[in-house]
Amino acid sequence: MALVLNEEQVMLKDAAAGFLAEKAGVAHLRALRDAGGEEGFSGDVWAQMAQMGWAGIAIPEEFGGLGYGYTGLGLVLEQAGRNLSPSPLQSAVLIAATVIAELGSTEQKEQLLPAIAAGEKLVTLALQESGHHAPLQTVTSAVLDGDAYVVNGSKVMVLDASTADAFIVIARTGGAAGEEAGLSALLVDAGTAGLSVEKRSMVDSRNAGAIFLENVRVPASGLLGAQGHAWAGLARALDIANIGLAAELLGLSAEAFERTVAYLKERKQFGRVIGSFQGLQHRAAELFAELELARSIVLQALHAIDEGQADLALLASAAKAKLCEVAQRASNEAIQMHGGIGMTDEHEIGFFLKRARVAQHTFGDYNYHLDRFARLSGF
Amino acid sequence: MSDLDQFRQETRAWLEENCPASMRVPSKGFDDLYNGGRNPEIAHPDQKTWCDRMAARGWTVPQWPTEYGGGGLDKEQVKVLRQEMARISARTPLDSFGISMLGPALLHFGTQEQKLEHLPKIARGEIRWCQGYSEPNAGSDLASLATKAEDKGDHYLVNGQKIWTSYADKADWIFCLVRTDNSGSKHEGISFVLFDMADPGVTTRPIKLISGSSPFCETFFDNVKAYKKNLIGEEGKGWTIAKYLLTHEREMISGFGAAPKKSVGQMAVETLGTDASGRLANGILRQNIAQYQLDTLVFGATMARVGDEAKAGQGLGAASSIFKYYGTELNKRRNELNLAALGEQALGWDGEVYHGGVTSRDWLRSKGNSIEGGTSEVQLNIIAKRVLGLPDE
Repeated sequence: MALVLNEEQVMLKDAAAGFLAEKAGVAHLRALRDAGGEEGFSGDVWAQMAQMGWAGIAIPEEFGGLGYGYTGLGLVLEQAGRNLSPSPLQSAVLIAATVIAELGSTEQKEQLLPAIAAGEKLVTLALQESGHHAPLQTVTSAVLDGDAYVVNGSKVMVLDASTADAFIVIARTGGAAGEEAGLSALLVDAGTAGLSVEKRSMVDSRNAGAIFLENVRVPASGLLGAQGHAWAGLARALDIANIGLAAELLGLSAEAFERTVAYLKERKQFGRVIGSFQGLQHRAAELFAELELARSIVLQALHAIDEGQADLALLASAAKAKLCEVAQRASNEAIQMHGGIGMTDEHEIGFFLKRARVAQHTFGDYNYHLDRFARLSGF
Repeated sequence: MSDLDQFRQETRAWLEENCPASMRVPSKGFDDLYNGGRNPEIAHPDQKTWCDRMAARGWTVPQWPTEYGGGGLDKEQVKVLRQEMARISARTPLDSFGISMLGPALLHFGTQEQKLEHLPKIARGEIRWCQGYSEPNAGSDLASLATKAEDKGDHYLVNGQKIWTSYADKADWIFCLVRTDNSGSKHEGISFVLFDMADPGVTTRPIKLISGSSPFCETFFDNVKAYKKNLIGEEGKGWTIAKYLLTHEREMISGFGAAPKKSVGQMAVETLGTDASGRLANGILRQNIAQYQLDTLVFGATMARVGDEAKAGQGLGAASSIFKYYGTELNKRRNELNLAALGEQALGWDGEVYHGGVTSRDWLRSKGNSIEGGTSEVQLNIIAKRVLGLPDE
């Protein structure tokens, strides 16, 4: 597949850009933050996004989706990144639907995917347990007792936790921390006894939270995939999730950069616009180069998902590591080049810095993915 | 059978018959390439045979029109020819600045007479060319060049000095930027002329680099005649041609950023070993190598994307402006990591144990990549001004 967008994809991208800028831009995020609601996103905006089919972009047509593939979803995520649009697009569509598609039985897919594609059911992945993404270190346990698993443990960084209808909880049915074998995925309904959800206030003003599981009984029918063998499917879903997050970070970085270049052309000091100073010009030009590289690896990695390429893991870590690096640089330079005004809450540029770090951290940051990239490269 | 399939079959048969066995092994390096010229340096007698046979079909420059000594092939046919040559590991028959640099400029800017005069000789490898651009006081600020060309009726009298003239000591002719007018802005008054290096007023002196001997020369002109029929484009409008040619040169140099055959990470594992978790034993070196390999992968994806965009008719996007800058910086990083990974082995300067000091000499030579053909700083200026639209004052 050539590394260019086809006509259909360009239309999708333009539609997403127009809608999100109008309905879910930075002003929208600020209003949600200041209102201090539980949801962290607007149900009304989400309903409209779902109506346009975005909740089902990457879900196959047989399960109620559009079947546009992940390249299509990546284009919408990039625009969501540009506008800092909060919605369950990441938690439910990019991640949970992908885990279900990877691990679920046909029956489970028929039951869950059309509801997600319609924007009606919100499912989210509960994986991380400590300060860092370390999926193999999972210790949350699930023990089969009759016709149900009894689950104990706790999770953090659960995206859209407070609004989720169900959680995909990754737990150990066997093996020890550090091992691939023994990991299982269980679908747990939000109202299940023993499950408590704690909304946490994070720097990006979205609603990631923690969940606690105390002797939670999950019917055995809630097991996604074979018991103890969730790893392969989960790993692939995480690769896809990280490529999607890289697409979001691409949009975020490009927007922060473009706003900064515009500011360099307008802000005057010493009797001239500051963009005429070579000290700033070269830093802007270097950042431009990095953004062009970032765009290429995101597109290549998205294509690799849709084409079922064998080196998906390597490309996923390459894309996430590169975008973490570029987003960090673009967001930091955005603040520095805006100067004092960039430090104020009144100005919008700070929102990009805040969301960048959370998206970078989600499912593995730069350090995690550069290390993984090196391991997969054989050194 | 399609026409293209038939072309492939005929090409395969012709190559099988005409490519000497000795030309089906890779060249041993720069010294082993065939460059043509009046007094060609011949490392192997088959080199000339191979070049002459290919030139007779126009296949030293397969994409050029036949009237100028080319093969008149379309893009698809050229691709087939390259594939068929690669199939038998056939060497490039002729490697020259005439083909890679002057030829494209002549095809674009030359008159019919000039094309007929010079292009066939390039195609046949009869004349070897060099490029006279930089001067001691006109490096990054190339447009301030001062080599003077005085109007003497049917010719100009050229006086001045060029530097970094690759292979000037071996070239027959030079394509040269000279100043024909001093009165206007520095970009005006520059002309693009061709003249014969056999003129007694031309002297050359090789330049030794920090990496050892090099193809670079200093070139001096003392009352050298450049005939007006060899003025390319209009008098005083040579800067446009110079820029056109520089784009070709920069594309060539940016190719240095491509991934090497054996990855630096693999090389480092061979010399330093791994820890119990299978990671390279030195964690800090490992991180540096990983960052380099990541950027190399991502740079490769960008070359592919820009290529695909051009094929899809979207033109050469803004991304192409970063190639020279990024590719050369990557190559410098790779060479530094080679040194760090190989240690003592990489620091040898000469002798068999150090393979002639190839690692250290490549490392030293790589420092020039971000200077020649427009420094990294000049490239960043170009991106800032032309792509981002940042103002001068």
